[in-house]
Amino acid sequence: MRPFRYERATDPDGAVALLSRSPQAAFLGGGTNLVDLMKLDVARPDLLIDIRGAVSGVIEELPDGGVRIGAGVSNSDLAAEPLIRERYPVVAQAVLNGASTQLRNVATVGGNLLQRTRCLYFQDITTACNKRQPGSGCSAIDGHNRDLAILGTSPDCIATQPSDLAVALAAVDATVQTVGPDGSRGIPLTELHRLPGSEPQHDNVLAHGELITAVDLPPLAMAARSRYRKIRDRASYAFALVSVAAAIDVADGQVRDVRIALGGVAHKPWRARRAEDLLRGGPATEDRLRRAAEAELAEAQPQSDNAFKIPLARNAIVRTVLDLVEAER
Amino acid sequence: MSIIPARAMGRPLDRFDGADKVRGLAPYAYEHPVARPAYLSAVRSTIATGQIMGIDCSQASAQPGVLGVLTHLNAPRLGTDDGELRILQSEEVAFRGQFVGAVIAETSEIARHAAGLVRVDYRPRPHDVDLESSREQGRLRVPQQIMPMFPVTVDKGDVESALAAASVRVEHNYRTPWYNHNPIEPHTTIACWNDDQLTLYVSTQYLMGVRSTVAAAFRLDPQQVRVYAPHVGGAFGSKVPVHSDLILAVMAAQLVPGRSVRFALTRHQMFTQTGYRSPTIQRVRLGADAEGRLTAVDHESFEQTSRLGEFAEHATRATPTMYATPHLRIRQQVAALDLPTPSIMRAPGESVGMFALESAMDELAVACGLDPVELRLRNEPVAHPLDGRPFSSRGLAACLREGARRFGWQPRQATTTPSRQDGWLVGTGVAASTYPVLRLPGSKATIRVTPDGRYTVLMAAVDIGTGTRTALTQVAADALRVDLAQVELRLGDTAYPPAAQEGGSAGITSWGATICVGADELRRRIAAEHGGTIPADGLEVTVDMPENPHLEQYAMHAFGAQFAEVRVHGETGEIRVPRQLGVFAVGRVVNPKTARSQLIGGMTMGLSMALHEASLLDPRYGHVINHDLATYHVSSNADVPAVQAHWIAEQDDQLNPVGIKGAGEIGIVGAAAAIANAVHHATGVRVRELPITLDKLLTV
Repeated sequence: MRPFRYERATDPDGAVALLSRSPQAAFLGGGTNLVDLMKLDVARPDLLIDIRGAVSGVIEELPDGGVRIGAGVSNSDLAAEPLIRERYPVVAQAVLNGASTQLRNVATVGGNLLQRTRCLYFQDITTACNKRQPGSGCSAIDGHNRDLAILGTSPDCIATQPSDLAVALAAVDATVQTVGPDGSRGIPLTELHRLPGSEPQHDNVLAHGELITAVDLPPLAMAARSRYRKIRDRASYAFALVSVAAAIDVADGQVRDVRIALGGVAHKPWRARRAEDLLRGGPATEDRLRRAAEAELAEAQPQSDNAFKIPLARNAIVRTVLDLVEAER
Repeated sequence: MSIIPARAMGRPLDRFDGADKVRGLAPYAYEHPVARPAYLSAVRSTIATGQIMGIDCSQASAQPGVLGVLTHLNAPRLGTDDGELRILQSEEVAFRGQFVGAVIAETSEIARHAAGLVRVDYRPRPHDVDLESSREQGRLRVPQQIMPMFPVTVDKGDVESALAAASVRVEHNYRTPWYNHNPIEPHTTIACWNDDQLTLYVSTQYLMGVRSTVAAAFRLDPQQVRVYAPHVGGAFGSKVPVHSDLILAVMAAQLVPGRSVRFALTRHQMFTQTGYRSPTIQRVRLGADAEGRLTAVDHESFEQTSRLGEFAEHATRATPTMYATPHLRIRQQVAALDLPTPSIMRAPGESVGMFALESAMDELAVACGLDPVELRLRNEPVAHPLDGRPFSSRGLAACLREGARRFGWQPRQATTTPSRQDGWLVGTGVAASTYPVLRLPGSKATIRVTPDGRYTVLMAAVDIGTGTRTALTQVAADALRVDLAQVELRLGDTAYPPAAQEGGSAGITSWGATICVGADELRRRIAAEHGGTIPADGLEVTVDMPENPHLEQYAMHAFGAQFAEVRVHGETGEIRVPRQLGVFAVGRVVNPKTARSQLIGGMTMGLSMALHEASLLDPRYGHVINHDLATYHVSSNADVPAVQAHWIAEQDDQLNPVGIKGAGEIGIVGAAAAIANAVHHATGVRVRELPITLDKLLTV
């Protein structure tokens, strides 16, 4: 752990201006991941800018029927919010499936989306890791990689994105609102995180100094019957081996629309668009679901310890969507 | 031997210190208030084996607030041969993560920052940390005798011929991983030198061991060392031996005489510096006749130790005690690797050994088409199978029957099909538990009485969070035949008479026996010398722990039976254990509340061992890579919905004057096998390598 300065920002523009001037600075939300990484010497900011007073801490209904979640909302408040529980239960379920009560009480929505991978080697500075130290090598490819990615990996990194919330938000087509040195913009959540490629040090597309201020959920009727299924190594809190966020709209026995996103399988929340496309316009049978899931996973490349994630993800997709279909009948 | 009648014993009293602990008023070692503390942070090797070529402390030393930097160049020479304790004595590195230096500073933050600024240059050498290949290539040796009463090599009869002639044979390898203790309170110390006196606040299970080990290492008279351990936040065996963290703290305190140096290991360091349970590779071969009566038992275990010292996880220890067999063979071997030295962890030996033996017994039940409870009952010995001594008491059959009744066990043949509920496969399993009654020598007790009828008992014993302070006071009150309120027990200070360690499930056993002798002596003197009246200036006696005349005559063991219900999801392989139930025969139960806590705690740790815990060694680097509690999973609340512990009434007059066997460890023994056996019952999949994770059960 290294010495650092601490400042509080009171508005987004001030926070962005402060951070933009300091190449080693970092925004601080709940700090539940960042402070751990500082203690481990993985993160080495010289300045922490506390943005909890600079971004919204409220959840509000938008005129189009969607919902805006302030980036400073705590995970606990998000999961308890009736608007979320009624219109987007997948989001509340994802949050409650992550971390412990104590962590959820302090962790923020913006920070949750930007938490770093829990790859064992990323978190141990005495080992090689391209994400932590570009060019040093990936220890996980020939090491312990049971928890790591099967989709979208690169020869340089096989890390997974750990947020459950991000997976649920990917399924419901959320948009992340940001303010940065070049102004404000909206980024579809599915485009916030990136695949590792040859630059695994970049988890996401945000520029230095770009601050998440809110997350917008669009109106999506079928999200009212959405579901999050997380499969992990114990019943108590643990990161996902595989998770599925799903919503489906079935009319007259035909799939009108469907949303599926996977967690625990890639460097980003994995929106299963290929499976969604195959399912639309036909019946929601177990057999079709299985074939759609297999098509989505056709290009999966397992590591030495995690080939089980392919059948696990397939079975989890089939079961989660089937349960939704059966609940709707 | 007669055992003392119970008046205070048998009552489920709350821990006397419980309220203070909840309110934060019970100081643990690190929290003890001291004036002007200094703080220590360690520098650890980043190679597995090799030499330090140079250390640059200039940046660290230049930090404001740094009081000193320790390296092998300025550390005091130690007077110990213990390789694990001989830190900073040369440029040699024996394992990755070994202490190679430390920084003392005015705050913990400065110390930690400066420790990161110490630059160490190494010349690494190739390292060997691979137990599997050591076994394959025969780089193994028989460990030195672990405890004389439990042999590491046994040959009774002719196992090979008996196996060849057996109607039914089971032969399999079982594997258990590396486990770390992970008590919530890490290993912590406050060390302070004043003139030639060393004062230590230590999180320990063994104050006298701390005193004698530190005195020897620093060439002191033990009288120069005062050790306090008023409260300890868990240990699981890791705090019985002295580890190098304590040596480092004492070295650091020498650099800043008069100041109290505070040192707490980080969670990362807890995976390297405090011992661990060795992984085991065990081969079990069982032969039986057509009715399931054992004709041969063969149990081998291969484990690791370090090049610095030897510790063998005595995985075969329980096997000779369990079942009647005319032919028995036991082998135990270790490989010395470039790793830290393993050490004592809850039920060392039995916990992992009984996973293998009791899994194999379940496999034998299936092979014989017999109910697994019935199989065990058929193999009950009338005397100890190895030496023919009678058991002082043997409650296994009673525990199996009582457990089956309470659990609602359905006797079954091998052909029974498991049930399926809402996509979950449901099964049940059973396994036996055992732990020896140990007697730890070296305890004394002082008992004082004043004319107002108040008794004070003094011992350098320790309560590591198990409730010993409360239960031992109950023992003392009954030994003295007075009310609980008249007795004050003082522990946790080497100024009191010496006491053996809190370990081997023998703390209350050993200390309680000593207190019983003291109480007898005190009463005798009051009667003989003072006409039955407590003299005006009070009276004090100090006594030694009594010998047990029955020790050679009887085999003394606690037993138990554990039952588990397991659910495995048919599509995801997820495993849940909705029910664990154990019935134990542990002699008298002094305090039903704290004893139950020990038993269900042990069973929970066994569940954790079955499904979750595993320290992952990366052989390229040479260290455990999942060194935190986010990635080293232990069973937590949601994993343990219903765990029940019961006991049968068992009076055993041969053990000790208190009539107890100890309950700290037996709960973990057999728990993992009961769960693995239930997993097999539910799914038909036999998992012989722990932990049982969903990938091993996922149907592709």
